Amino acid sequence: MLILLVIIIIGTGGPGRYRWPWPVPVGLAGTGGPGRYRWAQYGQSLCPNNLQKKSHISSSSSSPTRATSYLAWTRGSTDDGYTETASIAAVPARRDEAKRRPASSFFFSSFFFVFFFKQKKKGERKENPLRSDRSVTRTMQFGSRQRKLIANPQTELYRHCLQFYAQPPLENISLTEFETFAVERLKLLKTVENLGVSYVKSSDQYTNKLDSEFSNLHFPYKTEVDDKKPHIGPSEYEKRRKDHISHFILRLAYCQTEDLRRWFIQQEVDLFRYRFNCLNSKSKTQFLHHNNLHYDTVSLEEKKVLSEKLINSSYAGSACKVEEQDFYKVPFQDALDLVRTRKVYLKAGYVYIPHQDIVIIVLNDFRTRLSKALALTARSLPTVLSDERLQPLLSHLSHAYVGQDYSIQKSVGKISLEQIDLLAGKSFPLCMRQLHQSLRETHHLRHGGRMQYGLFLKGIGLTLEQALQFWRSEFTKGKVDMDKFDKAYAYSIRHMFGKEGKRTDYTPYSCMKVILSNPPSQGDHHGCPFRHSDAELLKQKLQSYKVSPSGIAQILDLVKGMHYQLACQKYFELTHNIEDSGFSLNHPNQYFLESQKLLGGGREVKREVDPPQRGPDAAVKQPPNPQALAEMTEDLDAYFQDG
Amino acid sequence: MTSADYDPACLPDLLPLYYRRLFPFSQYYRWLNYGGVQKNYFQHREFSFTLKDDIYVRYQSFSTQGELEKEMQKMNPYKIDIGAVYSHRPNQHNTVKSGTFQALEKELVFDIDMTDYDDVRSCCSAADICHKCWTLMTIAIHILDRALREDFGFHHLLWVYSGRRGVHCWVCDEAARKLSVAARSAVAEYLSLVKGGDETVRKVVLSDPIHPFIGESLAVVKRYFPQYALHSQDVLGNKVSVDKVLALSEKNPEKRWSRLETHAFNKQKGNVKKGQYFEKEIMLQYCYPRLDVNVSKGVNHLLKSPFSVHPKTGRISVPIDLKQLDKFDPFDVPTISLICEELDRPRVGEEDEQVDSKEKGSDMDTMERRRIRDYKRTSLAKYVKILDQFLDGVAQSHKGELLKRSGELKTRMGSALVE
Repeated sequence: MLILLVIIIIGTGGPGRYRWPWPVPVGLAGTGGPGRYRWAQYGQSLCPNNLQKKSHISSSSSSPTRATSYLAWTRGSTDDGYTETASIAAVPARRDEAKRRPASSFFFSSFFFVFFFKQKKKGERKENPLRSDRSVTRTMQFGSRQRKLIANPQTELYRHCLQFYAQPPLENISLTEFETFAVERLKLLKTVENLGVSYVKSSDQYTNKLDSEFSNLHFPYKTEVDDKKPHIGPSEYEKRRKDHISHFILRLAYCQTEDLRRWFIQQEVDLFRYRFNCLNSKSKTQFLHHNNLHYDTVSLEEKKVLSEKLINSSYAGSACKVEEQDFYKVPFQDALDLVRTRKVYLKAGYVYIPHQDIVIIVLNDFRTRLSKALALTARSLPTVLSDERLQPLLSHLSHAYVGQDYSIQKSVGKISLEQIDLLAGKSFPLCMRQLHQSLRETHHLRHGGRMQYGLFLKGIGLTLEQALQFWRSEFTKGKVDMDKFDKAYAYSIRHMFGKEGKRTDYTPYSCMKVILSNPPSQGDHHGCPFRHSDAELLKQKLQSYKVSPSGIAQILDLVKGMHYQLACQKYFELTHNIEDSGFSLNHPNQYFLESQKLLGGGREVKREVDPPQRGPDAAVKQPPNPQALAEMTEDLDAYFQDG
Repeated sequence: MTSADYDPACLPDLLPLYYRRLFPFSQYYRWLNYGGVQKNYFQHREFSFTLKDDIYVRYQSFSTQGELEKEMQKMNPYKIDIGAVYSHRPNQHNTVKSGTFQALEKELVFDIDMTDYDDVRSCCSAADICHKCWTLMTIAIHILDRALREDFGFHHLLWVYSGRRGVHCWVCDEAARKLSVAARSAVAEYLSLVKGGDETVRKVVLSDPIHPFIGESLAVVKRYFPQYALHSQDVLGNKVSVDKVLALSEKNPEKRWSRLETHAFNKQKGNVKKGQYFEKEIMLQYCYPRLDVNVSKGVNHLLKSPFSVHPKTGRISVPIDLKQLDKFDPFDVPTISLICEELDRPRVGEEDEQVDSKEKGSDMDTMERRRIRDYKRTSLAKYVKILDQFLDGVAQSHKGELLKRSGELKTRMGSALVE
């Protein structure tokens, strides 16, 4: 089933923040007068099978400048075999929405269109609870203030506090809500990411912090539906609705590139794991039932035969427990996390998963579905992005996730090669200092090290020419001669700067990347010293860098608790003689910049050693924003500055 | 000069002969075509050639066996690498929209390189190998082969000597070729026990309970450890290496003693306390296979092709017969100079048929037959035979697959008829 997201924009210039510079119909409608949109145009361009849609849209708006913007999703399908009719109803906006708007615009906002398809369809009913009950065609009641769970077409969808996001939202929402939802979910995902790096995922701190973030941002978690209790703040329904809609908005923003998709999937999966684990076993079963997730169980005889192996390969416990517990047998591809960590018994391509770990299979399902859905969303994205009002919003949302990527080279050419030794001692994080040292000692670094260190150097401002000179002079001191260097290594350095191959301008590695991907093996010096060194060696190293014994103890404690970034931050504080660094470290280049800032205002330090080159005017310059974007993105920026 | 002597300077002269008369093209094509089960499987496969002076040509692809032969005989590559099967013909990758050209499938591959064992072998270092340390490769193959077959359920594993200091494994099952990047890295990580770079001393840490896979692997290591580590490598023979071993057990001398004490105590009492695995950890750190995980992870990662020549040693990258794994000797593997010389030796008791220059470019079949006759006269023959046997096994699976498909088709047609 193909789920398509169609976004219709009705009217322009919402109240408040957004003042759109263009009149309504231009760029959207073409032929239909002001406020009149050729719906069919959208519908057809999005439906590959060219479904026949009888669709009409009329608008009540007469003055484009005062109308409110709305977005609506509709669902289409590429499957053959069903007929559909489109019904249109003009219904007033929800009252709570209206409240947020100035009264003057109420009239114009009070009509929007609900657009549903009535579908008769073969098969796939299982996956689609909405379709199986015949209530697909429904319009909202005029003035239905009571948003009880039962009184809504989406009830089925929101009957469990957790969902697989199989159905896109069908209702219309205002641009304001669109933005708020998106930003808040993004904040949640950012929290998930940050906590995932700092804490063990099942630890109490992780759970507590995520808990509080959930309630701060009003997302649904844990709580069962309980209509009898008086609610403080948004109702459970609203939370679930927000969870649902915001997820789909971010899908739009995060489907565009491989990197974005990976990040989004990772965070959503972590979020889902957390929420699933919060459920009690009854609601877990309910959830599985609602989503038609059935897995093969292992027979008692087989369990008896494999008993010893099952015990030794999981944390399932004693033999009797193995017998009373259900084991699920799935292809190993469906439980990669368990395979990777050897936490499961593996035989002939199948893993035997104890019931307590069922979350792994569910997560895998979730991941696969999300990944497929994102690929589909990406395909229909051009149509969505052709709307000039959404495009900047979505692209800004997607840029917000990494924070700064330290690829914008504000400082290109401001570092001379002679400075590097000095800077390595003063301002390099331990990982880079370690790489620098072993490069100087062995006159060689293996690929992983060259990438991590090379991109870092690029990030602090080495030009391509400098980089080539730097690596060449060091490598040729070792076993590599000039000729071999030019043949075997120069290419990869130019590649790093986006001058070879697919010409990607690679960005320096973040702490996340250094800690989580490509761990060092024999002969490697890259990675995060706090993560990848033996405690004993780390201790020696810190001692040799003259870190105080009490400081070392503090750092080692943090390392023990797997807070590698915090350990690095502690190292920063100790080596810079400050109490509190006042930033949260997530990038080696950030470490460098902060250190430079601290050591006498950054540029001054550089000027000391490198006097005549640049004046202060070459300093940090904001990349120019398109005017229309500037206003909108300001808010978003504020959200993510500390993220 | 003995026949095994190889001089890298001769390579440009030998390669044309090798590709013209010895390279087993038909088996090679038979392998990579996988019975034609999937359309364009061979045609969308990336080959990459390393030419003289390290000139590297990527994204080569060929529509037929003949085209591959012709191109290889023209280019005479020093080294051949095999890459992924792509969504489009790799030689046309520039003509398709960027982003749509994607690596879809590849064999699951493993690369084990002797240099990764440098901290635990005393006999040689870097690119050198000897009979002593080759045992490490034998252990590695035993362990991985068992795990890939029994744990992961793969059947078609082609083990290949890389030509110098390591071995490669090509897992050719359909399921393996279709694995995602995430799945490949999960498999590789499942199989990796030795972790950490130069900054880590204790690279194997076991925790309770011991996973069956580790148990099985330990059984293999135990079989070889006394002979290999204690006698060949003599790890407990001199102070330096003894210190290295001891460093793995415990740093602090007092703790080390107490650990020994508890160990002795437990031994006496006959119960081994949980978490006391340091003798196992030491054995694994010294003998357990060290994988280059990055090679296995990427779908688009290139790996040196079987029957490619190693430019430094001149040895042919040949398949290893698992039934005689313990007898495999890397120094017995023929060099390109040896087999070319064998080719020139006068044949005994057989009519001498010179390759006539006029016949060049004539009927494919005669060329093919001649080539078969040619390699059969050299020491390459037994290795081609190993590949042949391997391919027979793969073909069995294809047969099953094709039968299943046609069966499905028949039932579908049958039911349609009934209707």
